[in-house]
Amino acid sequence: MRREHEVGAVPRRQRGNHREWEPGRFVKEFPLYRLVAEDGELVGPPDEVTLSDAEVLKLYELMVLNRALDERMITLQRQGRIGFYIGSIGEEASILGSAAAMDEQDWIFPCYREHGAALMRGMPLVTFLCELFGNAGDAMKGRQMPCHEAWRPGRFTSISSPISTQISHAVGAAWAARLKGDPMVAITYFGEGGTSAHDFHTGLNFAAVRKLPVVFICRNNGWAISVPRERQTGSETIAQKAIAYGMRGERVDGNDLLAVHAATRRARARAAAGEGPTLIECVTYRVEGHSTSDDPRAYRPAELVEPWKQKDPLLRMRRFLARRGALDDAADERIRAGVREELQRVLKEAEAFAPKPPLESLFEDVYAEPTPLLREQLAELEAAVAADPRVANPRHSDA
Amino acid sequence: MPTMNIIQAVNDALRLEMRRDPDVVVLGEDVGKFGGVFRATQGLYDEFGADRVMDTPLAEGGIIGTAVGMALYGLRPVPEIQFADFIYPAFDQIVNEVAKYRYRSGGQYACPMVIRTPYGGGIKGGHYHSQSPETHFVHTAGLKVVVPSNPYDAKGMLISAIRDPDPVLFFEPKRVYRAAKGEVPEGEYQVPIGKAKVTREGSALTLVAWGSMWHEVEQAAREAEAEGIDCEVIDLRSLQPLDTDTLVQSVKKTGRAIVVHEAPRTCGFGAELAAILQEKCFLHLEAPITRVTGFDTPFPYTLENEYLPRAPRVLKAIREVVSY
Ligand SMILES: Cc1ncc(C[n+]2csc(CCOP(=O)(O)OP(=O)(O)O)c2C)c(N)n1
Ligand SMILES: [Mg+2]
Repeated sequence: MRREHEVGAVPRRQRGNHREWEPGRFVKEFPLYRLVAEDGELVGPPDEVTLSDAEVLKLYELMVLNRALDERMITLQRQGRIGFYIGSIGEEASILGSAAAMDEQDWIFPCYREHGAALMRGMPLVTFLCELFGNAGDAMKGRQMPCHEAWRPGRFTSISSPISTQISHAVGAAWAARLKGDPMVAITYFGEGGTSAHDFHTGLNFAAVRKLPVVFICRNNGWAISVPRERQTGSETIAQKAIAYGMRGERVDGNDLLAVHAATRRARARAAAGEGPTLIECVTYRVEGHSTSDDPRAYRPAELVEPWKQKDPLLRMRRFLARRGALDDAADERIRAGVREELQRVLKEAEAFAPKPPLESLFEDVYAEPTPLLREQLAELEAAVAADPRVANPRHSDA
Repeated sequence: MPTMNIIQAVNDALRLEMRRDPDVVVLGEDVGKFGGVFRATQGLYDEFGADRVMDTPLAEGGIIGTAVGMALYGLRPVPEIQFADFIYPAFDQIVNEVAKYRYRSGGQYACPMVIRTPYGGGIKGGHYHSQSPETHFVHTAGLKVVVPSNPYDAKGMLISAIRDPDPVLFFEPKRVYRAAKGEVPEGEYQVPIGKAKVTREGSALTLVAWGSMWHEVEQAAREAEAEGIDCEVIDLRSLQPLDTDTLVQSVKKTGRAIVVHEAPRTCGFGAELAAILQEKCFLHLEAPITRVTGFDTPFPYTLENEYLPRAPRVLKAIREVVSY
C-alpha cells in the first residue's frame, strides 16, 4: 500500500474539491416550475402569473390554430400535396408561451418546430403555406424544404436544418445589440438533442462570458428522432448545464403555458437588465413522430406516449380558462370552427399560386448580384429547357 | 442470386463484416434499434448488440472524433453520418485528423475507418438533404473516396473499404437507394477500390459519371443510341484513388468526353477530370471536354429537377459534342 508522503503528501482538505455524486440531486436543485396543474387549477403563486385571462385566451386561440395547422399539414403530406412536414404537436405551450414573453423588438432564432412563433410575429398564414408548397407565392422562393421559413418583418430568422447552428447566431445578434446600445433580447430554440451539438456549447459559453441578453429555450421533448434523452446527455436535467457555463438555469413544465411565459418573462427581464443569459429547459414531449418521414412505432413503445397525451397543453389551458369562466364549450367550439374555416380558405389561396417559382430565381440571391458565371448558367438552363421540356419535368429515369 | 437494393446491399456488407471481424463497430445517430433513418443498419443492433451498434449523441464532430480514437485503439469503426449535408460539423475531424493521422505520425499510427453517408439530390430534400460534397474530400490528401451506383458495387466496395488500411469516405446515392436493384451474390466478395468500370462500350464519345448520375448518363446513352450515337459509359466508382488508365484509354479511343456530376460545377470533380484528360489525351481530342453538372447555387427545393444534370441535359450535351 502506498503511503501518503509517496504521492506528494497533499494535505487532506486540499486533495480534491469534488462533491459526492448523489443521483437525483439536480432534479431536486432544479424542481419543475409549474403554475397550472393538469386539471387546470392554478397551483403556483398567483403573483407569478404574467398573463391576463384575455391574453391567455388569445394564446389559446393561437395554440388551437397551431395544432389544427399541424394536423392538417400532416394529412396534406400523406396526400402528396406537400413533400414534408414537421410540427409541434404537444409542444405548443413551450413555443408560444416563451415567444409571447418576448418584446416586439426581440429577435427569434428558431429551430424547425416554431411555426406558431412565426405566425405570432405576423407571418401571414398564406405565406407560411406557400413555403410548404415551395410555389410562386413562397417568400423563400421555393428554395428550402417545407417548414424552413423566415420572416424578417417579425424578426424571425431563417430556419436551417443543421442542428443548433442558430444558437450561436442568437448570441451574436444579442452581442450586436449590446454594442449598438439597443434594448433587444434574443431568444433561441433547440431540442434536447441539439444540446449535444457544438454550437450549444459555443453559444452558451460566449453568452455567459459576455453576460449577453439571450434566452435559450431547450424544448426537451424526450426524443431526437429515435434517440431517447438519456442517450443524449448524462446530465439528469438540461437546466443544470447552465451552472457549468456560469448562467441561470430553470426547469419548467413545458406543457404549462403560464409557467413557460412567466419563466421566460423573468429571464428576459434579467437579460435586459444586464444580468446575463438564462437556459430554460421546457420539459415536454414529442407525442407524434419526429416528422412525416418517420414512424415512431419502430423505436418507441406506445405506452410511453399515452400519459403525455393526458398532459396535453391545449387541454390544460382549456380547463384553466373554463375554471376562470373565460371559456365555455360553445366558445371553444367557435374557436375551433373558426380555425378550421380559416385554414380551408387560406389553403385555397396558397394553392392558387403557380406551382413553381420562375427559372431565374434559381440563380438569384446566391450573391447580391449574380456573377457572370451564374448568368451564363441561367442562359444554359433556359436553352436546355427550350430544347427539351423534360429538363423541367419530374424525374423520369430512375434505375 | 438474391436481388437487392442498395440499402439491403449495404446492410448485408455490414452484417457480413461484423460477423467476420469482432472489431468492426457501427456508430452514429439513430443507427441502433431504429436501424438508421434509411434503415441501412436495420437488424444489426439485434444481432450484434448495443456495444457494437451504437447510438451516439447528436454531434457529428463527436462521432468522427471518437471513431478516430477507436480506430487508433484497434477497432474498425464504420461511423454513419445521417446525411452528407451534416458532415460539415465533422469536417475538422475528417480533414485535420482522420486524413493526416498516418502522415503526421510518420506512419506510426493510422485511422482506418469507413465513413458512410447518403448524398445527393432528387428526393425533394432542399439545401440540407441533397448536397454532393465529395470534392471536398477528394481534395484532402489521405482520404479515399468512393461512390457506388448499384447494389453489387455497394456491397463489394463496402467490404473492401472496411478492410482497407486507410480511411474511406463511402458516399451512398440515396436517390437510387431503393430504386437501383440488382443481383447480389450471397456471402462476401470484394470490388476493388480504385477501379472504374466501363458499363457500356461505344466509340462516339465517353460519358463519365458516378453514383446516382450514372443512371442518368446510362439513360442518355440509351437515347443517344436510338439517334445512332454510340456512347461509351464509365462508372467511375472510386474518385480517390482514381483509375486514370481506364479513363485515358477510353478517351483516346473516342476522342470526346463528357463528365456528369450533380455537385456544383466550379471546382467540382469534373474540373479535375477535364484537366487530367486534356493533359493525357490532348492529341486525341476532337471536341472540348464538357461538363454537365449542378449549377453554382445551393441545392434548391422546387426547382431540383431543373438543377440536376439529368438525362435530357446530358443528351443535349452529347449531340453538341459529337457535332462539334
Ligand atoms: C447537424 C445535424 N445532424 C443531424 C441532423 C438530422 N436530424 C434532424 S432532427 C434530428 C434530431 C433532433 O432532435 P432534437 O434536437 O431533440 O430536436 P427535436 O426534433 O426533438 O425537436 C436529427 C438527428 C441534422 N438536422 N443536423
Ligand atoms: Mg428532442
